[in-house]
Amino acid sequence: MLPMWFNNWNRDHPTNVFGPGILVGVLGVAVITAILLITWGQPFATVSMQTGPRGTGMEVVEFESQIKRPDPTVEDYYTEEPYIPMTGEPLAKDIYENVQVLGDLTEDNFNRVMNAITQWVSPEQGCAYCHGDVDIEEYGNDDLYTKVVSRRMIQMTQAINENWDGHVNAVKQVGVNCYTCHRGQNVPSDIWFKVGAVNESASGWSAIQNRVTMISQSTSLPSDALEKYLLDGEQIVVHDLESRVAGGPASEDNLLPSVQDTERTYSLMNYFSNSLGVNCLLCHNSRAFYAAAGEVTPQWSTASLGILMVQELNNEYLVPLQDEYPEHRLGPVFGDAPKAACRTCHKGYQQPLQGLNMIADWPELASTEAPEYSQ
Amino acid sequence: MAIREYQNIFTQVQVQGTPEWGMDDKGQLLRERVGRPSYSTLVGWFGNAQIGPIYLGWTGVVSLVTGILWLNIIGLNMLAQVGWSIPEFIRQFFWLALEPPSPEYGLSMPPLDDGGWYIIASFFLLVSVMTWWLRTYLLAVEHKMGKHVAWAFLSAIWLFLVLGLFRPILMGSWSEAVPYGIFPHLDWTTAFSIRYGNLYYNPFHALSIVFLYGSVLLFCMHGGTILAVTRYGGDRELEQIVDRGTATERAALFWRWTMGFNATMEGIHRWAIWFAMLTPITGGIGILLTGTVVDNWFIWAQEHNFAPIYDGSFGYEDYTSYESFIGKEN
Repeated sequence: MLPMWFNNWNRDHPTNVFGPGILVGVLGVAVITAILLITWGQPFATVSMQTGPRGTGMEVVEFESQIKRPDPTVEDYYTEEPYIPMTGEPLAKDIYENVQVLGDLTEDNFNRVMNAITQWVSPEQGCAYCHGDVDIEEYGNDDLYTKVVSRRMIQMTQAINENWDGHVNAVKQVGVNCYTCHRGQNVPSDIWFKVGAVNESASGWSAIQNRVTMISQSTSLPSDALEKYLLDGEQIVVHDLESRVAGGPASEDNLLPSVQDTERTYSLMNYFSNSLGVNCLLCHNSRAFYAAAGEVTPQWSTASLGILMVQELNNEYLVPLQDEYPEHRLGPVFGDAPKAACRTCHKGYQQPLQGLNMIADWPELASTEAPEYSQ
Repeated sequence: MAIREYQNIFTQVQVQGTPEWGMDDKGQLLRERVGRPSYSTLVGWFGNAQIGPIYLGWTGVVSLVTGILWLNIIGLNMLAQVGWSIPEFIRQFFWLALEPPSPEYGLSMPPLDDGGWYIIASFFLLVSVMTWWLRTYLLAVEHKMGKHVAWAFLSAIWLFLVLGLFRPILMGSWSEAVPYGIFPHLDWTTAFSIRYGNLYYNPFHALSIVFLYGSVLLFCMHGGTILAVTRYGGDRELEQIVDRGTATERAALFWRWTMGFNATMEGIHRWAIWFAMLTPITGGIGILLTGTVVDNWFIWAQEHNFAPIYDGSFGYEDYTSYESFIGKEN
């Protein structure tokens, strides 16, 4: 195929073409890769949020492509500025029947809030989701469980904004309203139920761990972490705060945390981390987890308040609603009331809805007192 | 451009023929007493192509029987935990475990479903491992060998006994032992480190890591050196110890030129066995001290001035804000 002189020349001049070929190939690929990186940029670029002193490796790392993507539910958020009431305007509690919450609102504002709740919680079913398919005169009835639960949830929202200011407004005013959890759904995503024993033929610590569950974040860590720490209020403690401690082993008189307690705490911390889309270093230092003076970041304090807040929400608001719910709203194993935790609000973001102010337009939901509208 | 023989990942020379049957002159000592060994080309790629004869003996029988009991107790417990469902057993296998007893039982015998089976299984494992150790010792006696392999194995057994026997007894509870399960034993490892304030500040843990990584480095340097001088007969290491040839000369010169010092054909093996043995020896000391003597290694390290004490003036206000992190500043 090739001309004779070419083949002859090649036979007479044997040359190792592989060596230079490989060299040129490797160098060529390296040069092209470098040019691509310089011109088009790193395709898997990351950004870091520094959380501690330089040199300690304390940072939260995210892919640039993901962190810059806005939370899609922010766009669907419905909000409306309040109507500044005129003096002497009649209030909802005087106009409508059976108004136990939000009674101090003027009619315009009351309907504004009602409409918003519909947008946030039951955009498809509308008013009927809570009030039933009845005439507006009968909206005062408490026939449906949804209405009874909603009323309690409004009280809960007000209590969160009023009493847990240190958590929900820790960095700036963010607050919560119905949409923080519901995001347009009747039942918020990322609620949780008790799962109890996950293993058959086992008791004690053997029974509650080593299975893939949502609560254990698909690890083999204990699946009762949320129940113990965010409902029963067990103390979250792992370390001794002295290098050497007398005593042991752990007993009822000597409550040393066990390795098993540590695993359960680790399970909770996995939940925390995934709920907020962060790593350990948002709150803890990179050398030890314990919370002695100066060893944790400011976010640790915010998170600690969050733990106390969730305990209160579960025990004072969510669990007592047990008897109001129909069966299909209850837990699959124990028929327990749905409960909240970090992810119910945060949905994988460091700040729910990426720090959108949820009470700016809604002073009615920000306080248990009568709302104050600023001009 | 052929791949050089010494660069191959598989053994290049394998012998298949009359099997070696014992240590008399002709290597036929056991010919009439044991079955005929077989050959496998595949096995020959990795080691000696001859398979068998195997000496079972009473230690082998005891070790195998107790070892199989240990393994089956674990497996059947896992199977019981998933309601005797084979598909679920396979699906959850990496998550499942036979856990040690809950802490409240201390060193007493717990109920079978809360660590009792774990105690029974662990007893069988103890017998199995110790008889296997005895086997390495007795067979070395039979062959009139040194007992180096037995002592080296014992260094690993030391760490095993610290984790599952000595430390739980000192802590007063079998709940301190390590669960038998793939992910669960890894969870235990992490939790153990976290519970005692970060094991990386435990100096014996640090030593153990040094010896572990050192073993890896030495193993690679030695293996590489010997393969590199195999063409000069360097793989006949024992002969080269007493009758140094050009392979040894070249290997020694290479390292002396490279780093100013070289091990010898004998000495490199002493380096290797001590680095390897010291890995579990130092590690075992570190584990034994944890929770018994020292309860928080980070604070211990701060007290001994090899971990810094931060005074809390971290300047948090200067760090990245969440808004700038998500690209929404102002």
